[in-house]
Amino acid sequence: MSQIGSFALLLALGLSAYSFLAGFLALFGKDAASARLGETARRAGIATFAAVLLAGIVLVMAAFNNDFSIAYIFHHSNRDLPAAYKFAVLWSGQEGSLLFWSLLLAGYGFVLRLRYKTDQRLFAYASVIIASVQVFFLLILNFAALPFGLMQGSLPADGSGLNPLLQYPEMVIHPPMLYLGYVGFTVPFAFALGALIMKYPGDRWIHITRRWTMVTWCFLTIGVFLGAHWAYAVLGWGGYWGWDPVENASLMPWLTGTAFLHSVMMQEKRGMLKVWNMSLIFATFLLSMLGTFLTRSGVISSVHAFAQSSIGTWFLVFIVLTLAVCTFFLVANRSYLKSEHKLESLVSRESSFLFNNLLLLVVCFTILWGTFFPILSEFVQGHKVTVGPPFFNRVAVPVALLLLLLTAVGPLLAWRKTSLESLKRNFLFPALGSLTIGVMMIVFGVRPWEDPSFFYATMAAVLSALVIFTVVSEFLRGGRVIAGKSHQNLLSAMIHLCHRNTRRYGGYIVHFGVALVVIGILGTPFNKEVEKEMGFGDKISIGPYTLVCQSYTQDDNPNYANEWAIMNVFRSGKQITTMYPERRFYKASQQPQTLPRIYPSFREDFFLVSDLYLVYEGRNETTGQPIIKAHVNPLVPWIWIGLIVMVFGTIVALVPNAAAVRVAATTPIRAPAHVGAGD
Amino acid sequence: MKFPFRFRFWVAQRFSAAISAPSLPALAAEGQRDGKSARRLFHALILCAAIFLFMGAGDDSARFKDLGHRMMCTCGCGQVLLECNHVGCQSSEKMRGELQAALDKGGSNSDDLVLQGFVQEYGPTVIAAPTATGFNRVAWIMPFLVLALGIAFAVHVVRSWKNRPEPALADGITIRPGSELDEFRRRARKETDL
Repeated sequence: MSQIGSFALLLALGLSAYSFLAGFLALFGKDAASARLGETARRAGIATFAAVLLAGIVLVMAAFNNDFSIAYIFHHSNRDLPAAYKFAVLWSGQEGSLLFWSLLLAGYGFVLRLRYKTDQRLFAYASVIIASVQVFFLLILNFAALPFGLMQGSLPADGSGLNPLLQYPEMVIHPPMLYLGYVGFTVPFAFALGALIMKYPGDRWIHITRRWTMVTWCFLTIGVFLGAHWAYAVLGWGGYWGWDPVENASLMPWLTGTAFLHSVMMQEKRGMLKVWNMSLIFATFLLSMLGTFLTRSGVISSVHAFAQSSIGTWFLVFIVLTLAVCTFFLVANRSYLKSEHKLESLVSRESSFLFNNLLLLVVCFTILWGTFFPILSEFVQGHKVTVGPPFFNRVAVPVALLLLLLTAVGPLLAWRKTSLESLKRNFLFPALGSLTIGVMMIVFGVRPWEDPSFFYATMAAVLSALVIFTVVSEFLRGGRVIAGKSHQNLLSAMIHLCHRNTRRYGGYIVHFGVALVVIGILGTPFNKEVEKEMGFGDKISIGPYTLVCQSYTQDDNPNYANEWAIMNVFRSGKQITTMYPERRFYKASQQPQTLPRIYPSFREDFFLVSDLYLVYEGRNETTGQPIIKAHVNPLVPWIWIGLIVMVFGTIVALVPNAAAVRVAATTPIRAPAHVGAGD
Repeated sequence: MKFPFRFRFWVAQRFSAAISAPSLPALAAEGQRDGKSARRLFHALILCAAIFLFMGAGDDSARFKDLGHRMMCTCGCGQVLLECNHVGCQSSEKMRGELQAALDKGGSNSDDLVLQGFVQEYGPTVIAAPTATGFNRVAWIMPFLVLALGIAFAVHVVRSWKNRPEPALADGITIRPGSELDEFRRRARKETDL
């Protein structure tokens, strides 16, 4: 089986190399022979997908067949591993995840090459660039990180099993989502670089890649948040984001990708920021690669990192080469990227986009800087320092709050110029509403002056409310106009409004989701935790809850032995639920793992929902008594709801617009005036 | 950073004196226009800032929580000391005990001394964020420097956009004056009201 897989990878390398070289040569000719050569390159690119898919299938089948002669399968699987996790073996280790990356890239390339008729010349350039990235990954898979490498010596009877932390349902979804995001940015990158090299006229490449970029961004968003949720639901420390280098690596391309999604509108609407947009998409692709480099090189220590290996050098060379190529063409073809319009007013959507981009990039820089500062420190001072959560919280949070302010204000600004009168009119209700929220927080006992974290929480609440009120007021205002003209009810009118400009209103829904996420985060300073050794009938009180330990029980299955506590949860003297925090011991890997249980109090609190989070930490070695740790984490469920809203908003933005409703002008207009649409 | 109780008491006294003073309009009405009111306001602001800066100093459990969040667990989990709870972690338990013991020694053991003790035992990586000394200051300065430079650059870009000449038009086309375009925009917005 390993021979089939190895052969498929070698074949894929040959095909992608041909696709790259033949496609590259075909770009220079304009005759029929070049066209035929280009066509063979396109077909080789399509065939690459089939070959890499075959390799992927072989690896998964090897996991299902317990083929421990393959070293990768031995290290990441065992006989009693559940089927879903055997499938997840594909991305559980270094070599498999590189194969998975290559497979996704080949898949994206496959779709792109099938749709080549949209614009044959631009697609040919993009196809060559994608083929070059594909060649890089297949070179690694064939020569540096072999997924089908064989075990040395006698054949083991069973594998050493999958890392227990990865044996969680979300781990079957989180990595594919993240990879779909990382890899997906190759497509807009390829189109952007292609358009730059060929000096492609106009902004058609942006229109072609708009949906690709949004879908990719959506995947990356889901991937990042699922990662956070996995950390919350599995690691058992009661938090969801630890500013780990690998978490940071996934956030950086997300930030530049978000900046790109905003600034690209400037190019579409006003023909501005062309160099900036190119740079942003290049940066996003390079940061995706940098994230992969960080995870795999061993340069930075992280709990998420794969084993240290030599492939870091491969990635470093590739990143430097790509950076050099991008910089060269940006400089050489800069005349092609001249802006077409001038700015009419400082108070305009254009300015807000510029500052939004600036803040997103400053946050991105802060994360990059903090991630690499330990290496710099070692170089300069001779010793490493830790750059952990206190640094990122202190530096990134104030900038993120400014960004939230712009998220609220930006949509109220019109393209080109905004009059003070309209700003006042649009801003009054949201500003008053958000200030009321701030006052209410103080009235209900939050003291922003007592601790910086309370101050940030209050500011975050006020600004999130501002974003929400802004979005709601925009929907209400537009909905009322349509309801008045078409005699629909307000809800149908708002749906109609949304359908008329899906991108704009989908974007607003995404902003709404972001505000919900921030609301979920701002509860952190108010977290509570208690740890106690608990025998039968013992009680813990935390927040509004009283927990009574009813019993402990054990179980055993071929994959793991487990023990869990049975905890009755009381609130206001009434039992509301029973929770079962669990501790497992995986037999193949001989590793223990805790599985917290979480109870979100939607029924009791709804808007001010909090998570009751129980961890069965194990037994005290001296007394033998079980130890239970309880957390009450206010507002956290809003983070996950916010994600759902963000994904929904992105889906809305992807829906094509409905035809515009024509409304007769009340008085004749003397001359046509060009006013930018309000995306 | 913990300040002596006497100092915090003095700060609180000065602050309450400042806020209980007559309000500015009242002072103005009394004819005290010799700068006293402005000085009082200035004092009040300084004291507010001082309280904001010095806040957080509290009892030992708050100190334990504060210091425990300024250190990393050394087991390799990459988590802040008080947030490391992974099964069988020997380091965090021991370090928490040492931290509590250091705090139990009393007032002479300042936060900096406690942290220094941990650095001596576990190395500089035990501190969760770069200290504000020597080269480590660069870690804190750079993001804000980049933000400042970025803002300056953005302002420069916006100004250059604003001052850019209008694009050349084909013969026979005239640009309407700005006020007239504004009028068109106003009408368009009014009629679409979106």
